[in-house]
Amino acid sequence: MMVPISWYLALSAVLFSIGTVGVLVRRNVIVIFMSIELMLNAVNLSFVALARQLGNVDGQVIVFFVMTVAAAEAAVGLAIIVAAFRNRPTVNADELTLLRW
Amino acid sequence: MWGEVGIAAAKSLAVLVMVLNLCVVLLWVERKGSALIQDRIGANRANVFGGILPFNLGIVNTMIADPIKMFTKEDVVPAGADRLLHFLGPFLAVFPVMVTFAAVPFGDVLLIGGREIDLQVAALDVGLLYVLAMASLAVYGVVLGGWSSNSRWALLGGIRGSAQMISYEIAMGLALIGAVMTYGTLDLQVIARAQGEYLWGVVPAWGILYQPLAFFIFLVAGIAETKRVPFDLPEGESELTSGYFTEYSGSKQATFMLGDFAEIILVSALATTLFFGAWQVPFLARDGWYFPGGTHLAMPQLAVAALQVASFIVKVLLLCCFQILVRWSLPRYRYDQLMNLGWKRLLPLSLANVVVTGAVIVLAG
Amino acid sequence: MGPLTFAVLAVLLVVSALAVVLHPNPVKGAMALVATLFVLAVVFVFLDAHMIAALQVIVYAGAIMVLFLFVIMLLSLQDDLPEGGGRVGLRTAAWIGGGALACAVAWICLRSPLGAPPEAPQGYGGVEAVARSLFTDFLLPFELTSILLLVAVIGAVVLAQRRGA
Repeated sequence: MMVPISWYLALSAVLFSIGTVGVLVRRNVIVIFMSIELMLNAVNLSFVALARQLGNVDGQVIVFFVMTVAAAEAAVGLAIIVAAFRNRPTVNADELTLLRW
Repeated sequence: MWGEVGIAAAKSLAVLVMVLNLCVVLLWVERKGSALIQDRIGANRANVFGGILPFNLGIVNTMIADPIKMFTKEDVVPAGADRLLHFLGPFLAVFPVMVTFAAVPFGDVLLIGGREIDLQVAALDVGLLYVLAMASLAVYGVVLGGWSSNSRWALLGGIRGSAQMISYEIAMGLALIGAVMTYGTLDLQVIARAQGEYLWGVVPAWGILYQPLAFFIFLVAGIAETKRVPFDLPEGESELTSGYFTEYSGSKQATFMLGDFAEIILVSALATTLFFGAWQVPFLARDGWYFPGGTHLAMPQLAVAALQVASFIVKVLLLCCFQILVRWSLPRYRYDQLMNLGWKRLLPLSLANVVVTGAVIVLAG
Repeated sequence: MGPLTFAVLAVLLVVSALAVVLHPNPVKGAMALVATLFVLAVVFVFLDAHMIAALQVIVYAGAIMVLFLFVIMLLSLQDDLPEGGGRVGLRTAAWIGGGALACAVAWICLRSPLGAPPEAPQGYGGVEAVARSLFTDFLLPFELTSILLLVAVIGAVVLAQRRGA
């Protein structure tokens, strides 16, 4: 017997809000990034659950694209962090406040 | 339902026992085989109870003594090391490798008591994707092993090892795509069954006849994934002490070694399944021999199944011995040569293989 | 899957997600995220999305998180200091807001009259179904994504290079 899809949506909501709190509360830029990935994955769970409800694979194809875009974003974001780290050896978001120095 | 669960449990147990035993056998083959290649005697000093028996039990001693020695050594965690990650390292090095064996078929079917038991632990329709997924998880063992040891040799070995593994994963995956295109499916049992056809009635249509380049790329990438010579810079014995598992001792080191040998067996098993006809014995079908002249020799199904499982094990062993032979014959690649090989040579070659395979499939139907 | 399996997986997911957000050590946080992604792949398998589950492990848990770990190791990040230094009020507000968001959306979702999902069509979630949709209905986004990945690779290499020689 399968669990109602609304339970998966509720789980996705909980994961999404945990990710949001992570972005708002933590100061370490890398942890902020990981929380953003968490939010993206919560959304993936929603897509897959609703695709299953509708019996249509389009939801899964969207998940495929979300994964690809998340990979591209993680690569570029981490490269930016590495580059910023060279100038100022910190990953604390409170200290990376100047656009040029 | 409980019958199904029981059968699945029995199959998993059988596969696990087979793999673990093969690991121990390979340990002995490695020591004695390397001795043979290097013109020396090798390990022959293991004794029972300090020499009570007047004769040497030979290989049994080495096969039993080595694991016992490693498991009873003291477990040392370096000061300043992260204990949880130090503990997770060996687990993540072994678990993905062992779990992958669930997708590998080791026989055709077993017709027992009216039941048809497929000799594959998990009949996944995305079998090859599952294999690639678990291969990509194996990187974590190296990464965590290197990072958590709080030692510069380990860190260097860990970073080199993980960069090497993710580079060769790509070439391996693309080589496998060639095989997938040839057979049109990702399910390994279906691929194994498809290799029971015969070209021109006589030659068994094994994968290596369709995809020789893919086999070569897969084997090289597989040896690079297992970080064995000539790709063993992450554990370069003369340079990095032991690379990423320098700071491991006792049962954790035994676990890393177990993972190493299990990966060798895994690469051999996958190469056998995709390129050497898996469990197929030429001219043997489910109910007996069908020779090309037209003769038919009936055989009981259980005997056929046993013969097919035996042929699978023999093929896997031959490929493992080949890998051990390669290890003791070739010098080590320098790190930049290694990355050069992975990115600039194997990757374009496997892409070309995919393109050519696609063209042939479209043109020849 | 039955309610018991769902409960176990849900608890695992929430606990590892909280570990990502709360743990001061970034490496342990990254490993907690790997665990989350892996359990999520298991949930996908239960939702009959086999190919997406395999892709989740290959792409997310096997590549993106390795990249995260590399960067953390490259920057030699130590444990974060406990979040001191003011703004306690804002942080509490964030936690309360997050909790309120979770409860509100979960309540709205659970009120839905949808029951268990209908039987999935044959071949649902397999490689062929997803690939067919990807290469026919979604061909343009597919091509654009490949360009996006190329741009991202070039951008990452250029950004992370050392200036000068």
